[in-house]
Amino acid sequence: MKNKKCKVLVVGAGPGGYVAAIRSAQLGMDTVIIEGERAGGTCLIRGCIPSKALIHAAHKFHDLAKHAKEGGHMGISIPGPAELKMAQLKGWKDDIVDRLNKGVEHLLKTSGAELITGWAEFKDAKTVIVGDIQIEAENVILANGSVPIELPFMKYGDGVISSREALDIDEKLDHLVVVGGGYIGLELGITHKMLGADVTIVEAMDSVLPIFDKELRRPLELFMKKNKIKVNTGVFAKGVEKLDSGRLKLNFIDKDNSDDETKMQSVEADRVLVTVGRRPRSEGLASTGVALDERGFVKVNDKCQTNMKGVYAIGDVANLGEMLAHVASFQGEMVAEIIAGHNRAYNPVAVPAIVFTEPEVVSVGLSPQEAKDAGHPVITGKFPLAANGRSLTQEAEKTGGFVRVVAREDDHRILGVQAVGTHVSELVGEWTLALEMGALLEDIAGTIHAHPTMTEMTHEAVLATLGHAIHIA
Amino acid sequence: MGIYAFKLPDIGEGVVEGEVVEWMVSVGDTVKEDDPILSVMTDKATVEIPSPTDGVVKSLVGEPGTILAVGQVCIEFETDGEDSPVEENKTTSDEVVQTAPEPVEKVPEPTPAPEPKPEPAPTPTPVVVAAPGTRPLASPAVRQRARESGIDLTTVSGSGPAGRITHSDLDLWKEAGSPVAASGASRTAKTGTTEVPVIGLRRKISESMTESYSTIPHFSYFEEVDITQLEDLRVHLNSTKSDTQPKLTYLPFIMQALVKALGENPVCNALFDDEKGVVTRHEAIHLGIATQTDRGLYVPVVKHVEAKDVWESAHEMQRVSQAARDGTANLDELTGSTFTITSLGRMGGLGATPIINKPEVGILGVHNAVDTPVVRNGQIVIRKMLRLSSSWDHRVVDGYDGAVLVQRLKTLLENPATIFM
Repeated sequence: MKNKKCKVLVVGAGPGGYVAAIRSAQLGMDTVIIEGERAGGTCLIRGCIPSKALIHAAHKFHDLAKHAKEGGHMGISIPGPAELKMAQLKGWKDDIVDRLNKGVEHLLKTSGAELITGWAEFKDAKTVIVGDIQIEAENVILANGSVPIELPFMKYGDGVISSREALDIDEKLDHLVVVGGGYIGLELGITHKMLGADVTIVEAMDSVLPIFDKELRRPLELFMKKNKIKVNTGVFAKGVEKLDSGRLKLNFIDKDNSDDETKMQSVEADRVLVTVGRRPRSEGLASTGVALDERGFVKVNDKCQTNMKGVYAIGDVANLGEMLAHVASFQGEMVAEIIAGHNRAYNPVAVPAIVFTEPEVVSVGLSPQEAKDAGHPVITGKFPLAANGRSLTQEAEKTGGFVRVVAREDDHRILGVQAVGTHVSELVGEWTLALEMGALLEDIAGTIHAHPTMTEMTHEAVLATLGHAIHIA
Repeated sequence: MGIYAFKLPDIGEGVVEGEVVEWMVSVGDTVKEDDPILSVMTDKATVEIPSPTDGVVKSLVGEPGTILAVGQVCIEFETDGEDSPVEENKTTSDEVVQTAPEPVEKVPEPTPAPEPKPEPAPTPTPVVVAAPGTRPLASPAVRQRARESGIDLTTVSGSGPAGRITHSDLDLWKEAGSPVAASGASRTAKTGTTEVPVIGLRRKISESMTESYSTIPHFSYFEEVDITQLEDLRVHLNSTKSDTQPKLTYLPFIMQALVKALGENPVCNALFDDEKGVVTRHEAIHLGIATQTDRGLYVPVVKHVEAKDVWESAHEMQRVSQAARDGTANLDELTGSTFTITSLGRMGGLGATPIINKPEVGILGVHNAVDTPVVRNGQIVIRKMLRLSSSWDHRVVDGYDGAVLVQRLKTLLENPATIFM
């Protein structure tokens, strides 16, 4: 057994861990990072990035169908329907993932952090064994991440898949059933719909994407309806049966009559995708003495410090902030600086969240209802994509989206901005900055927004909030 | 009926714009020709514009603080004549009634010289206190700095819109110390601020100071002058002067000494046109006398000091500075200096770095005279010492030149008889 000592040990090379390692090496600290699979973590390898690649391809394929129709579309027609080869699509997606993976490895190397591949086993909170190396660290950053939650009555395997496998499908699906209509389920469900599969969503809550309000969900629900995605809400999945044909049958039941077996419904599929949430990957930490909360997240304060001195937790495994890659990265950078002696803390005004469905749904800050619940006197303004020139030129208005601004009535500070619509996700940067800088409606109203861009909608929605939008009656 | 559109006339040499100090008429007023209608402030002086016609005021352009360009229509009259001449801009500075102490008989009653209207009452804009229950508005960088400085942002008043906390608010907080930390229960943190618009003379001062200080590389030079003998002479002259003669301060002597010193060092009595790249040295010694007035800083000018004796210098200096204080100084009395003296008088001070009255190349600051222990012939004696501070435009005046001038001045003042020889 080789022995190794270091100043900073990072466990997990996802978007939290690798950023922590690079920053800590930049700050001149002797840094080791351990990764059990591939550097890049859930986000780069089996989450955000590969799903965005598939979504892009699905859009392309979906659009080509319009051009293949009799008479084509916008004067562009193709002689026959486009052909989809799933194995090649997967290969293209894998290439992107490989590039990013190599990129992260290269960044780690150049920064001076040492990447060790293998699963970390904790001897104690600050001593880790990886293969035949024992590493003692002055500081440990737990960036273990999270894994998809498994339903006990329909375990993964035999056609029941998680988001991870859904991104590696290399054959055309006939029918995909998605259990759980959250953002991951909807992104993947809509993607497969656009790639030609029938898709059925099974959701226990009364609506899909229940974290967003009705107004925001509406264009998304309409899109799914129009594209014949079957959505069953308010139902419990009850289990999967394997049919003789090799296909699967998912049983589900109205949640109000879940004991009445006669009311059981079912749907046949070649895959059942379970996306009912993610849980922190903290099971290996029990022996370290690091305190976990009742849901298994590592308990941390606003400096990501755990109950053990010199042990920090960031990202999905920590009970601070949303389970989002950008939160993890921010915390990673911050913790490296804290270890280096800087005085920092996690206190964002707002964390942006994006759902890459078609149409996309974006939110940062408070929704009108959340703002009211928090006691703010609220004013709001909306501006539709249909009134924005740039949106029309790229057919983004077809899904009927809008930008919505939420502000305080008395001092006009902006409290939140939400949007739904094709291509709206890239707008969120300005909104987040506005919230962090404490912008008032007048600050955005007084900022010239480039024409013709979709950012003009931010300006107009702010003007609408002030009661004088220009391009809307 | 006709409309008479009146353009702001040319109000003085090189003046291209003026700032509205006061409209003396309102829309709907009936005015007679030559009635004063508008008071405008130029770079140099405040002038009053008379009405060019009889008529009824139809519209006005601008309010106090507005800059009007010469030639811009500033007022429209409805006149009886059917002509509506887009008025020929033939009014010249001669026809403009300057706020000079001139013709009393022109004015029916002794009107106090029109003074620029006092600047609008400062509008108190209290710092917005963040709405209760909301988190303090502050950017990430401000929050980080507050964290590093251990400042709880909920105790900081923000001066920005909606109470947004800025870096300067943190500076103020730090200077003032935490309101919580301040001892004594009766002390409360004050958060009010007052916004004073920088308009009128204050704006002129602001602009010319910025222009001078940002284009001229100033170097400053300090000296101490033993004026014990000069003081004896001054006391003697004052005690024997006739009733018609003015009381003498040090300044007339310094002015007379400057005539000699500047005459011998013409490089210091010059105007530098930095756009043309030409320094014009003047034989005439026109001394600007920086004068604090209720309205701010003015620099009235004593012309041709070289042709005046000490009594005439004193008299003329008192006359022009009083005119400046009264607001009756005319454009001529406020322009044309070749060198400036700024007297700190009773405000004393150890030293100052006066800012050059551009396009001049030097300025002399005179402090108060103080009985000071000094060493003379190995003995500590009490002498009356006067400190001088000077600044020079280092682009065209070398350190040596400035020093030579001040040393010459020192020698003259320490041996007062030589001033007059």
